[in-house]
Formats: sequence, structure tokens, C-alpha cells
Amino acid sequence: MSKLHVSTTINGEPVEFLCDPSASMLDALRGPLGLTGTKEGCGTGDCGACSITVDGRLVCACLMLAVEAEGHEIGTIEGMAQGDELHPLQRKFLEMAALQCGICTPGVLMASRALLEKNPDPTEEEVRFGLAGNLCRCTGYDKIVRAVLETAAEMREAAR
Amino acid sequence: MNDMTNKWIGARTIRPDGADKVTGRAQYSADTTMPGMIWGKLLRSPHAHARIRSIDTSKAEALPGVKAVVTQKDIVEFALDKSVMLGIQDMRWMCRNVMAREKALFHGHPIAAVAAISEEVAAHACSLIEVDYEVLPHVIEIEDAIKPDAPILHEWNQFEGKPSNIAGTMVLKAGDIEKGFAEADIVVERTFTTRPVHQGYIEPHACTVSYAADGRVTIWSSSQGQFMVRAMTSLLTGIPQSNIRAIPAEIGGGFGAKTIIYLEPVAVMLSKKSGRPVKMVMTREEVQRATGPAPGSLSTVKIGAKKDGTIVAAQGTFYLQAGGLPGSPLRGPVGCSFAAYAIPNVLSVGYDVVSNRSKVAAYRAPGAPHGAFAAECVIDEIAQALGLDPLDMRLKNSAKAGDKAIYGPTFGAVTFKETIEAIKHHPHYRAPLDKAPRPGVKRGRGVASGFWYNAGGESSVQVNITEDGNVVVTTGHPDVGGSRASIANVVAELIGVDHARVNVMIGDTQTIGFSNLTGGSRVTFASAMVATAATEKVIGQLKERAAKIWGIEAEAVKWEDGMALPAGDNAGKFPPLSLKELAAKANEMGGPIGNQTQLNTTGADPGYATHCVDVEVDVDLGIVRVLRYTAAQDVGRALHPGYVEGQIQGGVVQGIGWALSEEYLYDAKGRVDNASFLDYRMPVCSDVPMIEPIMIEIPNPKHPQGVRGVGEAPIVPPLAAIANAVHDALGKRFYALPMSPPRVSARMDEAN
Amino acid sequence: MTDIRYVAPSTLEEAVGAFAAASGAARILAGGTDLLVQMRNGVVKPGTIIDIKKIAEMTAIEELPDGRIRIGAAVPGVVLAEHPRFGKAWPGVLEAINLIGSKQVQGRASPGGNLCNGSPAGDSVPAMIAAGAVVTVQGPGGRREMPVEAVPAGPGRTNLAPGEIVVAFTLPARPKGSGDAYLRMIPRTEMDIAVVGCGVSLTMAGGVVTAARVGLGAVAPTVLLVEDAAKALIGSRLDDAALEAAAAACRAACKPINDKRGTIAYRIKVAGVLLKRTAAIAAARAGGN
Repeated sequence: MSKLHVSTTINGEPVEFLCDPSASMLDALRGPLGLTGTKEGCGTGDCGACSITVDGRLVCACLMLAVEAEGHEIGTIEGMAQGDELHPLQRKFLEMAALQCGICTPGVLMASRALLEKNPDPTEEEVRFGLAGNLCRCTGYDKIVRAVLETAAEMREAAR
Repeated sequence: MNDMTNKWIGARTIRPDGADKVTGRAQYSADTTMPGMIWGKLLRSPHAHARIRSIDTSKAEALPGVKAVVTQKDIVEFALDKSVMLGIQDMRWMCRNVMAREKALFHGHPIAAVAAISEEVAAHACSLIEVDYEVLPHVIEIEDAIKPDAPILHEWNQFEGKPSNIAGTMVLKAGDIEKGFAEADIVVERTFTTRPVHQGYIEPHACTVSYAADGRVTIWSSSQGQFMVRAMTSLLTGIPQSNIRAIPAEIGGGFGAKTIIYLEPVAVMLSKKSGRPVKMVMTREEVQRATGPAPGSLSTVKIGAKKDGTIVAAQGTFYLQAGGLPGSPLRGPVGCSFAAYAIPNVLSVGYDVVSNRSKVAAYRAPGAPHGAFAAECVIDEIAQALGLDPLDMRLKNSAKAGDKAIYGPTFGAVTFKETIEAIKHHPHYRAPLDKAPRPGVKRGRGVASGFWYNAGGESSVQVNITEDGNVVVTTGHPDVGGSRASIANVVAELIGVDHARVNVMIGDTQTIGFSNLTGGSRVTFASAMVATAATEKVIGQLKERAAKIWGIEAEAVKWEDGMALPAGDNAGKFPPLSLKELAAKANEMGGPIGNQTQLNTTGADPGYATHCVDVEVDVDLGIVRVLRYTAAQDVGRALHPGYVEGQIQGGVVQGIGWALSEEYLYDAKGRVDNASFLDYRMPVCSDVPMIEPIMIEIPNPKHPQGVRGVGEAPIVPPLAAIANAVHDALGKRFYALPMSPPRVSARMDEAN
Repeated sequence: MTDIRYVAPSTLEEAVGAFAAASGAARILAGGTDLLVQMRNGVVKPGTIIDIKKIAEMTAIEELPDGRIRIGAAVPGVVLAEHPRFGKAWPGVLEAINLIGSKQVQGRASPGGNLCNGSPAGDSVPAMIAAGAVVTVQGPGGRREMPVEAVPAGPGRTNLAPGEIVVAFTLPARPKGSGDAYLRMIPRTEMDIAVVGCGVSLTMAGGVVTAARVGLGAVAPTVLLVEDAAKALIGSRLDDAALEAAAAACRAACKPINDKRGTIAYRIKVAGVLLKRTAAIAAARAGGN
């Protein structure tokens, strides 16, 4: 079985890698690319721990073939902070204890960022449905939802 | 050192491991790789119950790329007739759970394992292993397993003189149960069932293991206790503990189920045989099929009360599923169901029932929610029959200091009443509820309480002052939800420095002293206790150093706000010495400053919780949704309120899933039919409302900061609270969980 | 080890050629939200994966001069949601497509994939049936059109001929006074497979239903077009008797199974409940148009 060569952009940087034709994007990220911040909770698109963006759109890395990254822009949790400056969502999650074990956190943060990019002023219900694809077993979601709402308010204030 | 003026204790600080966890840098179980690493895979039983006649691995071994094959012959066998315990785990069962021996006892039971150059090759090799099975009749449900003609899982197990699937019993008694019921004005007896539920941690079990040529083993894996990993791996492989270094990876949720191991001994033997580091990662399907869950249950509770609501007798009979091997958490329902109440006559009996399911594992207050579901629903029914407010009935019967607990000890302070009163006076309980807001929609409110023992036990800690005058604390406990942050707060408070100058690490088994599991709501209690003891010794050293520098007695030095000050007659005679200054002079004044303290901690008083919930039912579809939830609990002292609230909120939502949507489903062949997050329905974000925690802080007098364990109690009341709320909405009592739409719908149709 | 080939042709002719040449050993990749799960579970082991997303027609949304709308089979739900006019014309179809899985899944999942996966519980299919969508199919024998309800053949099976690929859905022009809706019953609020799904499309004049179509999912081996339910609605003012007659027709059409997601009795009951609720939403929308 010969490997396929893929040229793509990950977190703004050009990247080339080799993959099996049947490898998922999650396999490629966690394997040859060493980007283990994207987590595998189920491998079937049911938990959202592997949430990434492709050309700005939120997807599950486990439901995408690695070869499909060719020519697209991939975003992962490793690209969320700018240098040592955390994204407002990352900062707010820490301030508000919106994570416990932290395994779902990268996916939740990616989904939350995608949500706020589309809707900077979401209601609680919109946040809850926007994050319905991200299972969290520790927090009961309360502090996650509050942190997203609070970040949205802060970002709106900063943008004024 | 505990009052509300504390600067760090009780502060919502940023956790020391936080930045790593929000940037994807934290290393969890499956994130480790090693040079030359190969992949291990398990062959699992396709049958629910089968005798293993033979296993032929020759074709698998011959496959190119295969480096090692392991079967039960490679795992240490513990004979059936002699119990060898590690904590509450019996090695007879653990060795058979990790790898089937005489029989495959559930669909998914490990039969053999392969290590190969890739996961694909390893999986292919597993398919080449030939196993000769004698397929046996299987039994899944408790009701079937205890029938006289049930298929017997373990022929050697006898109950009442006959081979049986009842593998153990537990009995607690007080007073005279018959006399008690005879004195009662009202007696209500009901039978309840709950389905097995999975702990549902998002991180599948995984490990990377390196067995080096000198026989030294390194294990990277996540668990609720690296010392448990080391000890259990040692027992199951025969390798001495001194040669096993278990490095705790960050843990992606455990909730009790990562207090035992599945993969590590197998990976060790694969690594030993192949001479290569071996990584094993379970799929979600394997996790759902073959790890955890919490048991299902069949419970009968009978309670007798006087007209004024005084409970005079309570009897509970609790059957819990153990899975394929003995060991369900009987002490949960048997000991906790009636513990918070002062009841003169009690008989509480538990039965451990084996059946062809995966072996159960601990899940948050193991067994207590099962019992509370039954007991708290019956109490609600009696209160209704007597025309009493259900909270008043609980207040009337609350245990008090000096009462003898059903499970043995005499209670110190009992703070149960405070939790009931917190709900009783909360706006939620007093708010009017529109019980029929729209056609086809009904609403109801319910309350219930819960009890959990809590635990102390062994903990070790090191507190070291760095050369530049900061603090590093190393504990022996995996951090499942903010324990590093709590310890940083305590140590920062005691030393009097900014919490950001205290870094809290988790040591591996060869670098820190023995520390028992993160579980049973013990870690914040125990590790804060040892961290306090160690820090106080470090402060003593710092005072000695200052005294030496000043040429005065150590007793004449006091420690305040991170500085040594001359006290008493010497007050003001010398300028204060800061932590940084003392650290800089450490070596010339006697050497490094630090302390390791190891204790078997005691004084963990029980946890009490009372909850109130509003539900809404879509009557035509049978869908129950939670509208509002308030949970009151005595938390002793919240070292970090954010993570204490998080424990309460998370436990409640797990309880909501248990009550409404989570269950194991089996097909006719005894195979789990919903081994995925798609059909094992844990609550998603849009299923639940905000969960309001009421933290009642009554300091535990036996703990330096007043800590009381928090994690378990919140999952105990929700099952009954929600069932009581659904009754309030529909006028029908539900005795079986989950209250899923088809069940609720069918129940509504019964009347019509 | 199976050798898997991945191809991403830029024309439909190449895709059909590769699909036909693989004679059954190939799978079409659109959003992949079903295919990758099936590959991972070992349910399918394709020899060739044909990624059709580089074919322009497959990912286009086209408003035809006569008012019809054509949706490429591989258009993901999120793109359809971003279209300025599609959701106004067909809110029920859009809701149905965007009930497929999470936001993450909606970033990839397409109506073509949902239809060709052949699940009786696919959310978009009852809504498409109610809408009267026509499917354009291309194969070695050329291009043809078929009503969407003619595509499913049974769980996991379709009536497509070997080598045929679904290219597009064409939804009819909307007369004034039209509205559609889709509701499904799931135990949670999100992330479940439909236990029952119901799509209703209505056209009304002066409060009277002049045209109706009803699609019903997860209650039979294929998604159903329930013509008797439509007949019960047409000519009525959606009074209780007409709604009950349509609900009864839906219940009568059910041939469900007991499975991990629902019981026979429950599914039959829910089919009737959902018909009434869905029709009410469709009628409200029709009134607003």
C-alpha cells in the first residue's frame, strides 16, 4: 500500500505529510504531524473531542480523510493562542473553571470559537445547541456555557 | 488556618495545569510515543459465555510484522480458592478480567493480545488466532441470573449450599425490624430497577509501556492512581514494584472506573516478549463493551412511619450486578440508603450477582445512587400519603451527632439538616410552578437527599523551596478535576506567597511516596492534610534559618506573609527575611529547604446532599426534560470554589443521564447493542439547564482547613429527585430507570 | 491488508467511469460522515474511494429561472444554511438537513450522502420527499431523473443501478401560500438518530389545503411517502378531524421494528403525534408566505 503525499496548511503554516488513503485526518494529526492536542474520544463523530476547522468550518477530524486536507486550511487547538497570548476563550475557561479533566477542552474551545465567529452575541440556548456535538462528562456544561457567554460579552466590548 | 479572610484558600485561582490543558499541550494517556514503539491489540470474545477449550496463536505469530503474542499463560494466575486483595480488588478476579482463563464471561472479554508494527497488522493478526470455544447459555439480567435454573457462570461458587450466581452478601442491622414495622402507622414497600450505566469518561483507556533489557519497566498511562497501576501490574506480571515506574499521564476522566487496570499488564508482557515499547489504545467500542460500567440493580425498600412522619423501620434488599466476575459495590446501597436518618430498626441486605456482562467498576459513590433511588422515592411516597412536606419529613428524621451509624461508627457533627434547610429556604423550592403550562405539557418538582461515606487514607507529599525562593509541591495523586489548584491555594496561604509562586506537580511511583487512589472523595481532603503538615514543617525550617541568621532562638521568630519576622522581645530588631532571601542563603545555613510527609489520613466525615429539581414532560412523546436544578451540599471548606461547584454540577448531570437516558442494551446473543456514544446517550449540552450549586461551608473539625469530600455525594440524590418530580408532574410513580420516552409513553398509555 | 485507492476526479464522467470500473468495490465520498464510521467499524472495506467534491456540479446551489432550486448532492448542510434564499423557500428541508448530527457533522454531511446511505432514519429524506424533490442521477447509461422516494430500496440499499451517482436534488418552484416543516423524535435534544421523522409540505389558499405531501422516516425499511395522509389533509382547513385522519394514515403506514432506538408501539404512536405537530408548523409557514 503506497502512501499519498498531502500538501496543506495547518495553523497558518505550510505542511506536507504522507498518509494511507484510508487514514483519517485525526490519525494524521495525532500520528505523523504530532499534533496530539486534538483528542480521540470515539472515532465516530459523536463526541467532538477531535474538532478542528477546515477553511474556517468546524468538522470532526475523525470523519475526514487525511488526504482531503490537500489544498485546504486546517486549524487545530495548537493554533488557537497567539504565541504566549491565550485566546479570550482559553483565558476565560481558566478563569471560570470551565474544565475539569480537560480531555474535551480542545474540542470545546474549537467549537466555541467557531460559534462566536458566526454569532458574536449568542443566547444561552444557542451556545447549548452550538456545543451539542461536544460531550463533556465532568462539568455538567454549566461553567462551559457561562464561559462562552462571558467571553462573547468581553469580545463584543473589546470590538466596540 | 481557615477563615473567610484567607487570601488564597477559597479563591478562584488559575489552575497550575491550566495553560497546558487549554492549548492542547497536556499529555494524556494516548499522547505518548516512544522510539521503536509497536502497537498492541486485544482479541476479544465474540461470545457472552463460553468455555475456552484451546487457543492456537501460530498463524498470528507467523504473520509478518507481528512481534509478540500474549495469552492467559503469560499473566500470573491467582487460584480460585484463595483471595489476594489489593485494596478492594481481588486478584483472583482481576487476573481473569485482564485475560480470560477458563471461560469467556462476556462478549468482549480479552482472550489474547498481539503486538505488531502497526495497529492494522496487530488487528489482522488477532483475526488469525484460532480459539476453540464451547459456547454456553448466557444470562444477562439479575432477575434471570438468580432463578434456580439459570446458567451458572462459576461452578465453584456456592450460595446456600448450591451452585449459584450469587457471589456474595452483606447485611447491616439495627434494632428489631419486625417490631419496628408493627409500630408503624403506614408501611410502604416498593421494588425498583436501575440499568447499568457507564462512567462515560471521554478518554479511552490507553497505555505505553517499555520493558527494558534489565527488566525495568516504565508505564505511561492515565489512571486514578499510579500506585494502583504499579501494584496491580506487579501482581499480574510478577515483576517487583521497585522495577515498575508508573508515570501518571493526565487523566481524561475516570469517575471511579480508572481505579482498576485493563491494558497495562498485557502491554508489559507484550513489551517483554517483543523487546520493544508497546502502545495500546482502546476504541470507544471496546471501552463501552468491556470496561466499567456501574451495576444495574434490583432493589426492594420497605419503610414504616408514624402518622407524624417519624420513621420507625426501614428494610432494604439490594441485588447488584457484578458482571462476569464477583465484586459489586454492596456497601453503597446497604450502608448509605438509610444512613442519614435516625431509624431505630433497620435491616439492609445486599446480594452480589454475577452475569455475562463486563465486570463492573466503581462509579462515583459506588452503589449509593441505586439505594437512594429506592429509599428516597419511598420516603417521598410516605410523605405524600401523610400529607407532609417531603423536606420536613426528612428534617424530622435526620440523624444527629452521637447517633450510631448503621455501618458502625458514631456520628460526629451531622450536617444533613443544613442541606435540607438550604433547599427548603431557597427561592427554587418556594417558587410557584405552573404545572400545566401548555396543552400536552406537564411540569413537576421533586426533592431527594443523599449520603456518602467519604474517605481518608494514605497520601504523600513533598514541599520544596526552590533556590530562587518559590515553591514546588509534589503529590502522589492524579488530578481529575482541579486538585492541583486546591493544593496550590492551601500552600500559598500557609507560606504567604502568591499562588502563582506555588507549582503543584504529580509525582510518579518512583519519585513520591505511596499515595492511594484518587477516588471516594478523598484526594482534596487527604492531600490538603498532608500538604499542610509538610508546609508547616517547611515553615519551621524557614524560621530556624532566620533565627540562625539573626542569632536568636527559633521560637522567637514568627512567619507572616511570606517572611520571617523577629517576634517577642526581638520584635523590630532585625529587618524581615523573605522567602527569597532565606532560599538564597539556604546552603550556607544548613542545606536545601523542603519536606516529605506521608500520612494515613483520618477524619473524613460523610457527605450530605439535598437536591431540588423541576421537570417538564411532553406527555404525547414521553420526553422528560430538566428545567431547573438546585443542589445543596455540605462541602466543609471549598479550597477552590470553582472546582467544588464543578464537582456538584458534573455529578448532577451524570445523575440526570442515569435517570433519563443512559442504559446498556443487549441483543439476544448477550452482546452490547449500544457500544457507542451515539446510542449510549449521555446528556449533551442542550439537554440540561444551568445547575445551581449551594455550597454549605461548615468546616470539618477534623481537617486543618475544614475540608469535607465533595465528588461523590452529588450523584446520589438525582435519580430519586427526578423520579419524584416526574411523579409530581404526571401523578405516576416510576420504579424503573431510565425514564426514557418509550417507557414514559407506555406508562401514560397504561391508564388510558 | 486491503489496498485502498483514493481518487478525486474533477468531472462527473471520470467519477462515473471510476465507479463503474470498480464494479461494486468502490464507495462515493461526499461528506464522509457515514462512510468513515463504516470503514472504521469494518462494515465496509472499499477498494476505491471516489471523492466527488471536486466536481463543480456536485457542490453547486443553483436557482433556476422557473423558480426551482437545484442542490448539488455533496453540498454540506452548513453551506446550504448560509445560502440567502434556500432556507426561506424550504425551511423544513433545511432544518432536516441540519438536524443531521452536530455542527461538526453539518460542516461535512450532505443530502446526497444522507439519501445514498440508505438509512430509513436519514433526517433529510422525509423532508425531501415531502418537498417533492427530484433526484438527478448519472451513470454509465447516461443521466436520468427519479423522484427522491424511489431511491431507497431498504436499509443500506438503493435502487441506483451499478455505477450510478446521485448528482443533484431539484426542488420544485414554490407557489404562494406554501410552507414545509420537518420534526423528528429523538430521546435527547441533539446527536441522536431519529426514532421517527416526519416531513410535511403544504400549499394553502384561503385557509384550505390545496396541495400536501407527507414523508415519514424510521418507521419502515425505507422512508415513506404517505399519500393517504396527504389526501386527508388536502381540501381541509387542518381541523382536528382532518389532522386525526392524516395521523391515522401515518400510523397505518408504519411497519416499524423494535430496536435499540424505539419500540414498534412507540414508533407508531409517535408517527401520528409528529404528523399533527409538523403539519401545524408547515401551515403556519404557508400562512406567512
